[in-house]
Amino acid sequence: MSTGYQIVVCGSIVPDPLQSLEPIAGPTGPALKNELMLPAVIDPWAGHALYEAANLAAKNPGSKVWLVSLGPKAKLQQVMMAVGQKVPFELVALDGPAGGFTDAHEVAAKLADAIKAIPGLDRSKLLVFGGWESASRGAGATLQLVGERLEICDQFQGVDQVSAVEGGLEILERVEGGKHQVSVCAGPPAVLGWATGSLGEPRNNPQVGMANMRTIMPALQRATAAAVGIGGIQYQSVALPTQQRVTRIVKDVPADEIARELVEWISQD
Amino acid sequence: METILVLAYTESDGSLAKAGLEAVGAGVELAKALGGKLAVGLFGADVQSAAQAVAGCGAEKLLSVTGPDFASARYATDAAAAEALCKAAGATLVIGAAGSRMARVLPGVTHRLGGQVDTHVSCVAVEGGKPVAARWFYRQRIEAKLARQHRPWVLLLDPGSHAPWKGEGAKVAFTAVPVTLSEGAKRTRVTGVKAPQADQQTIRPDAKLLFVAGAGWTKKQADGQPHMAEAEKQILGFLRASQASLGTSKSLADLAGEGQAVLGFMSHLNQVGQTGSTPRHPKGLATCCHGEEPHVVGWRFINERRAVNLDPNCGWARGKADVLYVADAFAVMSKMTELLEKNAGK
Repeated sequence: MSTGYQIVVCGSIVPDPLQSLEPIAGPTGPALKNELMLPAVIDPWAGHALYEAANLAAKNPGSKVWLVSLGPKAKLQQVMMAVGQKVPFELVALDGPAGGFTDAHEVAAKLADAIKAIPGLDRSKLLVFGGWESASRGAGATLQLVGERLEICDQFQGVDQVSAVEGGLEILERVEGGKHQVSVCAGPPAVLGWATGSLGEPRNNPQVGMANMRTIMPALQRATAAAVGIGGIQYQSVALPTQQRVTRIVKDVPADEIARELVEWISQD
Repeated sequence: METILVLAYTESDGSLAKAGLEAVGAGVELAKALGGKLAVGLFGADVQSAAQAVAGCGAEKLLSVTGPDFASARYATDAAAAEALCKAAGATLVIGAAGSRMARVLPGVTHRLGGQVDTHVSCVAVEGGKPVAARWFYRQRIEAKLARQHRPWVLLLDPGSHAPWKGEGAKVAFTAVPVTLSEGAKRTRVTGVKAPQADQQTIRPDAKLLFVAGAGWTKKQADGQPHMAEAEKQILGFLRASQASLGTSKSLADLAGEGQAVLGFMSHLNQVGQTGSTPRHPKGLATCCHGEEPHVVGWRFINERRAVNLDPNCGWARGKADVLYVADAFAVMSKMTELLEKNAGK
């Protein structure tokens, strides 16, 4: 009997962090200026979750990884060209907005439905992965809502490490003060919202890319429409922070003098 | 009329953490402004000490879920406790502090209540007789003010966003809310906490100063060589002398993952910025870091900012720091540590 895991990673796309972002009022709520023109990347924490999923799957024969991703189809295709080179997975695409102003409850409902619809998914082997927050909405709520919809009551957030141990899975979650809480979960099903994890970004692997592309393109073609919106949120204002500091630039001053000034500043209450 | 429930857990010694008291403070203010009813719900192994501390806050209902099963931060049991408290209070607005324990559990609890949740709330206020919340999107790059008509509305308040509640303690009896746990609720065992040794702990959330070391510390210096050992000594020496909390940029935290020589005490836990944390400290000092936007968004809640960098045109110079010192961080930090140690020895 296979002991492998069935790992479903929820992860979407976000604007490249180096892009300037400007909010505008769209027809259905706030949006980003030129949102569809902004270069996109996979959400950083979702990316970590995907790489950790692939790593766990590789260590446990019989495991399989799916990536459930909600975003505009064209953007998803663009990002999957890059992500698909990294680790093996099967894509489940949902065609809808990936912006940060959408409501986590609506997104979670669509993601949970998509997970339930994965053919042959065995709940007793199911691990739902994702980023503990996104770089767009950054709510840190979507995965818990997905977990509840799937009736999974073992949930972990800010995960940096998971390993199979006797009796289940040992999970390290970030808690306050630079510490990790250590838990042992009896095994799947469980929800793990990943922080950074411990793996670097995998190098591109053309063989993995070729294998993934066989399923990515058909998955994009059959992507179902997922019309998520702002739900019950009433946005009163959406704006860039206006605070701009007047920077005093101190040049050609000896290190001793700078140190003295800084120590004085640090010591002031 | 709104019924506002402040939901908090107790620490292992039965007390309420500062973030919990901040949530109480926000709840008290909100109840006054809305003319609503206030309730406090506590859960943990023992809530007596915390209950006494908040007894004078004016809550009409004081509720608790206690017992050894609720001692650990475990999703299944915490969710069951929080759900029971919310239902017992008949809450229309729920306020919790967004520490790791509450942030893990409250969105799921909201689903069970048929409610809606907003997290990382930086301000709760009343406008036009209705509650409104402010929070950031795109990792502290865009700020929004929002409201919801749907009830219950659950708000997770970021730590440091509100003054902690202060008031007279009193002896008080909390009403115990019964919770029946299924066996499935105990599938997870919390086995402990993994932390660096006390003298190696570089993350200090309560520190007055955030000290950020950027990737420049690992680059070639004026003599054409990198000085990793010297950098490590300088940074650790300064942290010891100043008791600052250590942050870093993604580029430096990522170096370890790429197998490059790095500062051994740095990890992704130290990372500040777009894909790291957004700590709250009164002051911040950045060194050898260019101050580009993805990094500086992690400084959103640092009040006074100074930077030391060799590049006078770096990001910090463009309105992101109060003072930019164009200087060699190695030389400046060495002198600062000397001065701090000298001052401490006085």
